Amino acid sequence: MQALYAQLLVGLINGSFYALLSLGLAVIFGMLNIINFAHGALYMMGAFCAYFLLSAGIGYWWALLLAPIAVGVFGMILERTMLQWLSGLDHLYGLLLTFGLALIIQGVFQNYFGSSGLPYAIPDELRGGMNLGFMFLPIYRGWVVIFSLIVCLATWYLIERTRLGAYLRAATENPTLVRAFGINVPRMITLTYGLGVGLAALAGVLSAPINQVRPLMGENIIIVVFAVVVIGGMGSIMGSIITGFALGVIEGLTKYFYPEASNTVVFVLMVLVLLVKPAGLTGRAA
Amino acid sequence: MKNQIFLSLLLGTAISLSALGAASAQDKTVKIGALSDQSGLYADLGGPGSTLAAQMAVEDSGLTAKGWKIDIISGDHQNKPDIGTAIARQWFDVEKVDVIVDVPNSGVALAVNNVVKEKNGVFINSGAATSDLTNAQCSPNTVHWTYDTYTLAHGTGQALVKAGGDTWFFLTADYAFGAALERDTTAVILANGGKVLGGVKHPLNTADFSSFLLQAQASKAKVIGLANAGGDTTNTIKQAAEFGIVKGGQKLAALLLFITDVKAIGLETAQGLNFTETFYWDMNDKTREFSKKFAARMKNGAPPSMVQAGVYAGLMHYFKALEALGGNPHDGVKVVDKMKSIPTDDPLFGKGEVQPNGRAIHPAYLFEVKKPSESKAPWDFYKLVGTVSADQAFTPLSESKCALLKK
Repeated sequence: MQALYAQLLVGLINGSFYALLSLGLAVIFGMLNIINFAHGALYMMGAFCAYFLLSAGIGYWWALLLAPIAVGVFGMILERTMLQWLSGLDHLYGLLLTFGLALIIQGVFQNYFGSSGLPYAIPDELRGGMNLGFMFLPIYRGWVVIFSLIVCLATWYLIERTRLGAYLRAATENPTLVRAFGINVPRMITLTYGLGVGLAALAGVLSAPINQVRPLMGENIIIVVFAVVVIGGMGSIMGSIITGFALGVIEGLTKYFYPEASNTVVFVLMVLVLLVKPAGLTGRAA
Repeated sequence: MKNQIFLSLLLGTAISLSALGAASAQDKTVKIGALSDQSGLYADLGGPGSTLAAQMAVEDSGLTAKGWKIDIISGDHQNKPDIGTAIARQWFDVEKVDVIVDVPNSGVALAVNNVVKEKNGVFINSGAATSDLTNAQCSPNTVHWTYDTYTLAHGTGQALVKAGGDTWFFLTADYAFGAALERDTTAVILANGGKVLGGVKHPLNTADFSSFLLQAQASKAKVIGLANAGGDTTNTIKQAAEFGIVKGGQKLAALLLFITDVKAIGLETAQGLNFTETFYWDMNDKTREFSKKFAARMKNGAPPSMVQAGVYAGLMHYFKALEALGGNPHDGVKVVDKMKSIPTDDPLFGKGEVQPNGRAIHPAYLFEVKKPSESKAPWDFYKLVGTVSADQAFTPLSESKCALLKK
């Protein structure tokens, strides 16, 4: 029984990464209608950014702020120079473009840094762990859960409950009308893409001390995260947060009961959900 | 018109006859295929570095100056046996490749092993670990150069059991390699009076090991054996440190660890790990000289891993056999037989031999990862703590199930 509690908690930790990443994807899809396949590569860039900052003498705490901004700006440049020309076209074009971008970005990093990865130490303040009775919880992992939960809820609040969020949602419904009210819709869309990308980079920084910083770190996780988004319902903010955490827990339990299936269970769930509710658990059918 | 056709036919026959004559006497062309994981979790320990090692072997053999024409092509098997065999088939059928080198990933290596046998090529494996390549699944066309799961089990495994680590829990990569390594290590543990308390099989290329580590922790085994490799091993070790596993008194046995892995983990976390390799760049003047030349040509300045060193040494021995044959007969079994009849002697692995089952034998070394304060230079990572002699490091022929031995 104790082991089960431990696995639930570990699942929650992985769930935080799924939630942060799928949240960014959901924001981008909801607002820009782009299926952002470059998300994994941008997550990886966030981790590398933290590594570069560390080499330059700037530690983890600043990296949490600076890396998402830097990668976010990179994302906005991508949106301005490439993605914006695809608005109004079929989803497939955006998907192919971002997929190509992901391959290029990963290829460039791999060329310079190989594939083994680079070490990134846990910051001194978050070292060590607590004995919870049923398991030894590394403080850093606890921090990841709490911090990402706060970020997820803040993003949800920003989009669903503030005036800015209302503009955003309105702009996706009817951009022409919103422009008529004197709001710069293209700029808002660029900023939204930057926000989604920034969330991916933030997840990258958070994961740097746990996993290694390596060029292909986003390649596998992105597929799982897409499954999370599909299960949660494309474009649904709260749906992707909840599904992210929930799937982390389910995956954790699978690792305990039947480890061989741990990297397929998410997709089995996705198939089941698509069969029963094609729009996802929280999505509305179009 | 008729005469013209007749003449050209005659000419064509003459040309092809002369070409045939050259091929049977002194054909001095060789084509090498370096097949590896070029971009995934094993790319840094093999990959482009293995192709470079092959290139250096060609240069150092001095054969081109003697009129040989040697080409190298490389391929990416992406750790998928089906892709690996497809490339191998195409190389033999279309590219006329004579020898395939490297091939890390035991699953791919075993599959390619069959293709090479079918096409009567030569397979000099360096990267794969499974001892089956020269045991149950041995082939007259294959030489397994660098190390195998038997070496790892009898190096690291035996040393740890003898040091008091008599209860084990395995974290095993769920494919041919992990299974072979767990099997060979278990045999050593049991033979030395130890016990295996349990284990979990994890999928290849896993990012998060915390669930598995918690199970290992709960088993209360004294030693947690890592029957995995590359990125999987580095992730396990890093996360084990995070969960306080080593501090809690359990020991990690990284059964297969490469220098690139130590670099990725960082000395701070990796210090004190014990493991077995058959090559380290800083062993003697000859290895240092080769490694310096090698690192200068690597993009990230990395010294050769034992796998890359094995590609070099294996090819050097292959060239020796070709020279002894006086030309390339394009007959895999014949060349491999020659390789078995000449004793091996190269600057990287020293003196040894290729046994009748295709196993190249040489000493193996037990290393310990240095403390950060002991490391004086980049890549100065290992302390030598013991040597396993060549006859102890590999499966004794009397225990081998290889069909070639029953002739």
